[in-house]
Amino acid sequence: MAATNNLQQKTGAKKFGAMLSALVHRQIFIPIAALLLLLIFNLIADPSFFAITLAQNSAGDPVLSGYLITVLDNASELVILAIGMTLVTAASGGQDISVGATIAIAGSVVLRVLCGTNSRPDTLQAPIIVAFLIGCVVSMLFGAFNGVMVAFFKIQPMVATLILFTAGRSIAAWINNNELPIISDASFGYFGNFIPGIPVPTPIFIAALCMIIIALVLKFTNLGLYTQCVGINAHSSRLNGINPATIKFLTYVILGLCVAVAGFIKVSRFSTINYSVVAKDIEMDAILAVALGGNALSGGKFNMASSILGAYVIQLLTTTLFKFNVVSSALPAYKAVVVIILVVLSAPVVREKMLALWTKIAPKKRVKEAA
Amino acid sequence: MSANTVTKKNPLKSSAGLSDTNLLLIITISVFVLMYACAMLFLGSGFLKAQTFFNILNENAALVVLSCGMSIVMITGGIDISVGAVTALVCMCCAVNLDYQGGSILTAVLIALCIGLAFGLVQGFLIAYLEIQPFIVTLAGMFFAKGMTTIVNATQFNVQNESFQALKSTRITVPGMGAVNKLGAYVPAYVEIGVIVAVLVVIILFAVLRWTKFGRGVYAVGGNNQSANMLGINVKRTKFFSYVLCGLLAGIGGFVYFLHVGSGSPSHASGAEMNAIASSIIGGTMLTGGVGNIAGTFFGVLSLSTIKNIVSSLGLDEAWWTNITVAVMICLFLVVQSIVLARKNKNNAK
Repeated sequence: MAATNNLQQKTGAKKFGAMLSALVHRQIFIPIAALLLLLIFNLIADPSFFAITLAQNSAGDPVLSGYLITVLDNASELVILAIGMTLVTAASGGQDISVGATIAIAGSVVLRVLCGTNSRPDTLQAPIIVAFLIGCVVSMLFGAFNGVMVAFFKIQPMVATLILFTAGRSIAAWINNNELPIISDASFGYFGNFIPGIPVPTPIFIAALCMIIIALVLKFTNLGLYTQCVGINAHSSRLNGINPATIKFLTYVILGLCVAVAGFIKVSRFSTINYSVVAKDIEMDAILAVALGGNALSGGKFNMASSILGAYVIQLLTTTLFKFNVVSSALPAYKAVVVIILVVLSAPVVREKMLALWTKIAPKKRVKEAA
Repeated sequence: MSANTVTKKNPLKSSAGLSDTNLLLIITISVFVLMYACAMLFLGSGFLKAQTFFNILNENAALVVLSCGMSIVMITGGIDISVGAVTALVCMCCAVNLDYQGGSILTAVLIALCIGLAFGLVQGFLIAYLEIQPFIVTLAGMFFAKGMTTIVNATQFNVQNESFQALKSTRITVPGMGAVNKLGAYVPAYVEIGVIVAVLVVIILFAVLRWTKFGRGVYAVGGNNQSANMLGINVKRTKFFSYVLCGLLAGIGGFVYFLHVGSGSPSHASGAEMNAIASSIIGGTMLTGGVGNIAGTFFGVLSLSTIKNIVSSLGLDEAWWTNITVAVMICLFLVVQSIVLARKNKNNAK
């Protein structure tokens, strides 16, 4: 009896061990572990982090507020960018560092269309949907420019996008003659803040919509398969009838669309734009989200859910640091330490070393058990 | 027999023609000379004075040093985007040391070198031995340096230290290049100490890359990782030392920058890493690795700063024009590079 019990325990332990190791080897484990770590840290340090209250905003509407809502709300742009960045990374094996600057361009175009020639109009000069669509088209054109440089001129992505990184904010300022248009119409602010009557911030819905769309696209089209093929081996995918240049080009255009949506949310939050500050350093966060999701930055296989989770982890980290009164300009130092720890732990060389160490220790255990 | 002659012909042909490095170098130098000549012809007065040229050097001495480090790393096929932030950190630490801790110039130089070396060692180890992507590692390095700068001191301040002020205002006159000013007095042309440092760095690194084992190893590693390994080159060590060198140069560049501006500020040298990358590209360094030249990088910096000067003296002083022209220039050079590469691939295929 005791023996069978022992056996059961052993198999149970084995099963648990196998499950654990399977989980550890899953790609999504890294962002989940980071997420849990941060949440537990917050739980211990100050449980009020998890409090969500129903408050009234300045317009008198009931809205949800709390740190968790802030995280979900502020992460929206990053999540949307991470979707596009994952595809670009997978297909071209490089990253687009111009997304921050292109957000400035998209936002500037949206405001320009809404304002017309006057920088402070009393009424909107065009329907919001038209402005949004024009923003999308312009942003996709800039994405296409990056795509042409990468796919057809075969320039390294980081360097090809350096062009727009340098010029983007200047182009954005140029579009509006360096004026700072301000939109007084309240309905424009709905997309970045709250729609009256709905207590959840609108960007959360937009981000969720983007996630659903990309999930459907990946499920029902070959986009995911093709991008991974091109990323793993462009030459052999060419032999199999996939045109690598077209796929790479397409991913940059998709990223352009994502940038337009993110830019639209960004300008809607404040109903204005500051060319040199809007979405500053967001390209770095977006790349980090992809890396944190365990995706190889050299291209190939990707896991979209991991990237999206990675984006939320980064926003959670930022909000946590803010909560502990870290000055915003000192924030990067802490972020860097966290990133280095995560990256070192997930480096293949380190993993192999740890696995070797584990197998060294494990036999000893077995010997002990046998004894 | 006939096949033999055909295969023999090709290498002869390519060695008789220009190598990629030389071709890109010649393009860079001729573009710079052409641009400067046009500026002299059409914009006149300012560009005719020798001092204008030396001022470009004075302002960009730090960028020259940073770009040299960047080029070496780029020739190995990597990238280091932390150099600008390291420059800011060096400036701030030196400034605090000189003014608040009673340091001397010697301690300030030591601090600058140590900070640069520390960044180089850590980043080099992570990239070369743990095989983490250079972009991510140096991105974290950049974040860390940026954050540390504000932690050391959050506000900008000018250094008052007397011996430092004396060093900062030291001017080395260049014989025979002066000009007569409006009052009829002869004003000699001058350069700052930073320029001497930058020129020394360029000469030393040019020699190192051309004639030392390490230098040839850098090209080999960048050209082809695996074949370099098979030839008995320690790929990891070469990569490691290239990042250490880049870090050290970021420290030196930081001090040169500090010597020029004489203050510490978190916003110093922001975007310097992108300027350094742009200069290297314009100077003919290929991002795919294996191709590049320090002399080219030097001319890359000159071209970049000359075009900025031209834009501002054309009266297009709205800030955006500078950025847009620089971007257009990078774009043109990238396209030229990609055409060169395509041509080379075609030749190889033949």
